[in-house]
Amino acid sequence: MTTFDFLLQGLSVALDPMILMYALIGVTLGTAVGVLPGIGPALTVALLLPVTYGLDPAGSLIMFAGIYYGGMYGGSTTSILLNTPGESASIVTALEGNKMARAGRGGPALATAAIGSFIAGLGATLLLAFVAPTVVKLALVFGPRDYFALMVLAFVTVSSAFGESARKGLISLFVGLALALVGIDQLTGQARLSFGVPQLLDGIEVTTLAVAMFAVGEALFVAARRDTVDDEVIAVKRSVWMTARDWARSWKPWLRGTAIGFPIGAMPAGGADIATFLSYAAEKRMSMHPEEFGNGAIEGVAGPEAANNASAAGTLVPLLTLGLPTTATAAIMLAGFQQFGLQPGPLLFATNPQLVWGLIASLLIANLMLLVLNLPLIGLWVRLLTIPRPWLYAGILVFATLGTIGANPSPVELSMLLIFGVMGYAMRLYGYPIAPVVVGLILGPMAEQQLRRALSISQGDLWTLVGSPVSATLLGLSAIALIVPLILRARGKGAVLNQLASDED
Amino acid sequence: MNGTTPETRRPDGATLVAAAILAAIAIVIWRDAARLPQAGGYAGVGPADVPRWIAIGLGGLALWSLVEAFRSGKTGREPQNVGPILWIIGGLAAQLALLTTAGFSIATGLLFAATAHAFGKRNLVLTVPVGIVFALVVYLIFAGLLKLSLPAGPLEGLIWGLFRGTPA
Repeated sequence: MTTFDFLLQGLSVALDPMILMYALIGVTLGTAVGVLPGIGPALTVALLLPVTYGLDPAGSLIMFAGIYYGGMYGGSTTSILLNTPGESASIVTALEGNKMARAGRGGPALATAAIGSFIAGLGATLLLAFVAPTVVKLALVFGPRDYFALMVLAFVTVSSAFGESARKGLISLFVGLALALVGIDQLTGQARLSFGVPQLLDGIEVTTLAVAMFAVGEALFVAARRDTVDDEVIAVKRSVWMTARDWARSWKPWLRGTAIGFPIGAMPAGGADIATFLSYAAEKRMSMHPEEFGNGAIEGVAGPEAANNASAAGTLVPLLTLGLPTTATAAIMLAGFQQFGLQPGPLLFATNPQLVWGLIASLLIANLMLLVLNLPLIGLWVRLLTIPRPWLYAGILVFATLGTIGANPSPVELSMLLIFGVMGYAMRLYGYPIAPVVVGLILGPMAEQQLRRALSISQGDLWTLVGSPVSATLLGLSAIALIVPLILRARGKGAVLNQLASDED
Repeated sequence: MNGTTPETRRPDGATLVAAAILAAIAIVIWRDAARLPQAGGYAGVGPADVPRWIAIGLGGLALWSLVEAFRSGKTGREPQNVGPILWIIGGLAAQLALLTTAGFSIATGLLFAATAHAFGKRNLVLTVPVGIVFALVVYLIFAGLLKLSLPAGPLEGLIWGLFRGTPA
């Protein structure tokens, strides 16, 4: 069957009323958390994992993907109207978008963000549908050493290639890897680092860690420096419709943003925020009105907003075809798959095509829902921004503990939530990135398994790891990704990498 | 990175602490690995090897942090308010302590009020009842409709009793 046949088959799954319902819940929640500062898509999916335990797997996964897409849409609203990005992939949008809003052009800024997100989401999801089967074919010839090399590359790019310092990124990664050791060894059944506590035998839950670091850590961090006054919400006066000139200046950035965002999301090279920075830089260079940049250039909103949605779709390529998460949200979605006993990867396309193609087709429909939610209903979302901070964070912590208690109502689990929450606060305070911990925790056991399998096949010969062209290339790329930024920083050119810092989502 | 504060040669405390913590984790992992039986078979890699490599990595990072702490010197940071942090941690601890005895709603209501206090809503007479009612509504939705198992206390028992008491 061709991709078109598969997509049509997927659409028949996606048009089921229950599945449509899940998609609608997902995109609505996603938009809400994108709008609200303090919670991102990674946290929301982590909170919902225990709640969806008893629900339909296809529906739940479609809901999670909807949250991811919706978060990318909703983040733009906060950036434009409040100048406080709702999530990390919208930081760039605030640069030009907030200036536009201050100049009374908030409406067109929101419109170009929503339409750009729609075009990019649609285009990138179609790209996903056409690229995925090819990657699956490639992945079928991957052996354990190739998978291990791929995971090493993901470790390096997520932790040390971008951001303030390679040391801090690597520390975060190794803390995640160390936490991943806790529990029963998958190959021999030996208990490691459990210190006789039975609850630790199952290992540390990804959801507990993610909720603690993102919700509790974030709440502590915001509360500790709360002398600052709240930013004022800029009201959207005048029409949200774009003028002919806005359209003419927006359509090229939308397409360029899609072209930049999708491959960056698809490569194990970090999150959507990197794509948005590159898109912003590209628009600034190519613009016919460079003098407007910094004062509210519409291209600076259109491009990055398209790029972050395209990159969210791109992230699903390695997640679905290889089982490889490259962002914190993708890592938690992987935990979601595992919760339902599904392992994403080439096999999933063969054993469960209904689910995979249903998911991809649902994303096309979710995009349409998001366009409706974000343009005509924008006023509703703006009102969310006026929730006072004490109520907002109190509510966030109630739901954060609810998820943990629901998954495992034991004092050990809640103590971990508290300890990891304080750890998340300290890491934020001293500039250690959070995402590598989460990615290390979920990918660590998988990488160990592949490594030990590869070494068993070679009877312990370490050279086997660079023995196939694929693994040698991937490990070579990992080495470059580790060393080149170190040299750049040593030469005082770290500022660029610093800007590309990958944050939570 | 290139020595911004050459006049003060004092090392950065936070980085030193990070180095100490990493070294401690590395030692704990190494000692735990030493206890495991080496059942590598002819592959030569057993359950203790990967932990050892991670421990070595952590040890290396601890050394790197130690060097960095002395090289970069003390760095200034935004002052932090300790009060709100203690309120949130206290709220979480109170919830943890009371959860099984007082039930989900009362324990979580206290967490709600403590968090609101940390963010500036200091009127506990208002926030504690609001928090308990909010947590009770959340309890009824998630335990009642979505069948999530949440610990019930006297308040939850009372509410369920009311539901059962009224003729259906």
